Amino acid sequence: MLEDTVILIAEDDAGHFALLKKNLWRSCVANDIIQFKDGQEVLDFLFREGQGPVREENCRYILLLDIRMPKVDGRDVLKRMKEDDELKKIPVVMLTTTDDAGEIAKCYDMGCSFYVVKPADYNMFMDAVNNLGTLLSLQGVSVPVIKN
Amino acid sequence: MRKEVVILTVEDDDGHFWLIKRNLQREGVPNKVVRFADGQEVLDYLFCLGDGDHRAGDTAYLMLLDIRMPKVDGIEVLRQMHDDENLRKIPVVMLTTADDLDEIDKCHELGSSLYIVKPIEYDDFVDTIRKLARFLAIVQVPEIA
Repeated sequence: MLEDTVILIAEDDAGHFALLKKNLWRSCVANDIIQFKDGQEVLDFLFREGQGPVREENCRYILLLDIRMPKVDGRDVLKRMKEDDELKKIPVVMLTTTDDAGEIAKCYDMGCSFYVVKPADYNMFMDAVNNLGTLLSLQGVSVPVIKN
Repeated sequence: MRKEVVILTVEDDDGHFWLIKRNLQREGVPNKVVRFADGQEVLDYLFCLGDGDHRAGDTAYLMLLDIRMPKVDGIEVLRQMHDDENLRKIPVVMLTTADDLDEIDKCHELGSSLYIVKPIEYDDFVDTIRKLARFLAIVQVPEIA
């Protein structure tokens, strides 16, 4: 993944976010990581609404998206993004505690790239994040530029 | 990824196919790997057309898809899968030599999961497949009716 690709993480659990950031950083050291604490924050960023930070033009993004979050849940964030002609191109990895088959099918139907269940065991969770980070750090992984 | 998930590899280059298959296995991926040598073959399989093998119902599939292939290319395969309400759920990883911005754009518009450019160096290609395999091991894949 190019160094200018920004990793967006929508995760309300502070412990999970810290673990994600620490382990992604090992492999994706040059990439910026931005945290959003609920679904509304990430929508405001992507759709350039509200008072907080908003995305810039011509950037590359990848989103790691939790499902259970306050205000707007991950499912609704995914739906809104995939209905937008530009934002639909952002790869979205669902990272969640739910392994319900209906939920998995629904997220793939709406266009998520991958669905990953957070392992309950701390070390297994770290390994999972490392596997994701190592893949993303490959030079060959190419993420589209999101225009206006 | 549960071991029942079938990995569909659409790749016209024999050398690339064996490198992919061998390194998935070396990384401990026990899943069945089915090969298609062009886009038409995999469309026939998925849409249950023609005389060859057809897909089974209630099975989880994951696809590794090349772009430049004879008869039907990878973009057209992706387009037809995306238009189908069942097949669009299959995670598709593009594995291609083309490092073209428009192509990357197009694939993500048509719902591909990830776009990976095949490294030219043999060792880098092996490394890429092994890291992909390690990630796929933790991914959940939906069953297709």
